[in-house]
Amino acid sequence: MKTTDTPPAVPGAPAVPGPRTPGAPAGDAPAGTGRKGGEGTVLNVFSHGMLILWAVMVVLPLLWAVMSSFKTDAGIFDEPWGLPDTLHFENWGRAWTEAHMGEYFLNTLVVVAGSLVGTLLLGSMAAYVLARFEFPGNRFIYFLFVGGMSFPVMLALVPLFFVMENTGLLNTIHGLILVYIAYSLPFTVFFLTSFFRTLPTSIAEAAMLDGASHTRTFFQVMLPLARPGLISVGIFNFLGQWNQYMLPTVLNTDPEKRVLAQGLVELSTSQGYKGDYSGLFAGLVIAMLPVLAAYIVFQRQVVTGLTAGAVK
Amino acid sequence: MQHGKYRFIIGFLAAPLALYAVFVIWPFIQSIYYSFTDWTGLSPEFSMVGFANYTKMFQDEVFWKSLQHSVVLLLVLPVITLGLALFFAFMINVGGRRRKGAAVGGVRGSGFYKIAYFFPQVLSIAIVAILFQFAYDPAQGMINGALRTVGLDGLQPNWLGDPGLALWCITAVLVWCTVGFFVVLFSAGMASIPRDFYEAALLDGASRVTTFFRITLPLLWDTVQSGWVYMGILALGAEAFAVVHIMSIGPGGPDYATTVLPLYVYQAAFRDGQAAYATTIGVALLVVTLAFAAVVMRLGRRERLEF
Repeated sequence: MKTTDTPPAVPGAPAVPGPRTPGAPAGDAPAGTGRKGGEGTVLNVFSHGMLILWAVMVVLPLLWAVMSSFKTDAGIFDEPWGLPDTLHFENWGRAWTEAHMGEYFLNTLVVVAGSLVGTLLLGSMAAYVLARFEFPGNRFIYFLFVGGMSFPVMLALVPLFFVMENTGLLNTIHGLILVYIAYSLPFTVFFLTSFFRTLPTSIAEAAMLDGASHTRTFFQVMLPLARPGLISVGIFNFLGQWNQYMLPTVLNTDPEKRVLAQGLVELSTSQGYKGDYSGLFAGLVIAMLPVLAAYIVFQRQVVTGLTAGAVK
Repeated sequence: MQHGKYRFIIGFLAAPLALYAVFVIWPFIQSIYYSFTDWTGLSPEFSMVGFANYTKMFQDEVFWKSLQHSVVLLLVLPVITLGLALFFAFMINVGGRRRKGAAVGGVRGSGFYKIAYFFPQVLSIAIVAILFQFAYDPAQGMINGALRTVGLDGLQPNWLGDPGLALWCITAVLVWCTVGFFVVLFSAGMASIPRDFYEAALLDGASRVTTFFRITLPLLWDTVQSGWVYMGILALGAEAFAVVHIMSIGPGGPDYATTVLPLYVYQAAFRDGQAAYATTIGVALLVVTLAFAAVVMRLGRRERLEF
């Protein structure tokens, strides 16, 4: 029945307007000719409107920040929505050097590079053993890791701060790397364990028969097979660690060693730069653009990486 | 062979497990222990005080405010975020005008929407918070600027400075950040629902609203449920801490109107020098988190649909 009164695929034209007023609840109306046309049009206009509105709400603040980063302070104050008179690229230079965005960028790069490699290596080692070997305590260790995903991290940070202070790890880059790895392990182990379980056993067995040790089988056979999973969880951890705010705020209070997110917050609150709005916006854009650009280029992989853990 | 196997297992588990135990598990256990002491964090000496911290907490007005705000976030945030995301995902995937040969289809530009909506997810929560702090600025901000542009000069709220509005402004930012992620997540789930189900429903004369509630939502329930847990953890965790810590006046103000549990833990430990009391509030936070997860799991439990 519906196939017969479906309106022709002419966009924008309600094929049969129908006698009902637009907006009337469609579900309880008697089915008849024109019903699909009326309901479809009203819903289409409404849903398209909402979709476009949300897209505007997402994109506009980002565009506003990019625009403001090219304006003078006076321009930002007088006309929040005005276009920049000329492109004031000096804002970016000021943010990079005077506001130390360059240093913070480098700090972040070092911390994330170190912790990403560490997370993937240690995470895949633990996950492989937990997924492929039977031994007493296997389930216990697995749930110990996975349980960490739902515990409020802030609770652990209070004692951890003083532990790190006493061991000299507080306010050091390597200390921060170790903490990042430790707090990334729960999700990484959870994700990679289920990934290793899906890999075929025959290849590993063949390698073992050929005389390869467990360790060699892992590094030369299993890790290359697990590449898609490693990429997904790697992207997930890269974004999480690059954007990390709470851990460095608590455990990395040395101004010299600030990471990007921390540096920007300090910049926005510190009295010394209170006047330099354009510099702050430039700093924001400097921090935003690389990630946004990377996302647009690797869109498919990023989306898979971030959503993979949540679907089943 | 057996010997080699156990040596391998221990060798591979030792480093990750040690790191995890030292930096995650041990501090958790310690913090529960510390909540029964009078440790300040400033000096290494402390003594056991029993439940004194807990008694103090139950009489602490700021704690109750923080708890109240955290619970509000916990209830409101998932409802708004998941509701919006389900609506958008349904429109993007199933809501389109019917074309020849396909019973259901997405709206035009669905690829664009999915890409654009996801933007906030890749940005640091700190950057987003700073951005919106400026957007909310009553004089120079983007939002009041837009209100002036459309002629609403009389309507210039003091957003983050207004105790009645501040928490909602912060909630809005968290919604802004997370909706896109769930749109993409639910889209992936909806794509795996067989098309014949929709075709059958359409043949029976079901409207799109009915289709959504009778077909899409039940088949997507598992994903929605894990999304609910994820949003709850976010509302009680690092994201809520970051936005309140960065955006609100004080932070936690004005007049404790926006303070949340993780922020209060942080302030008690690192601003007030009351480390033991901070861990007590942290234990309360842990209890709320676990209770939430248990409730969602119990309420959401239903028979798994295989398709």
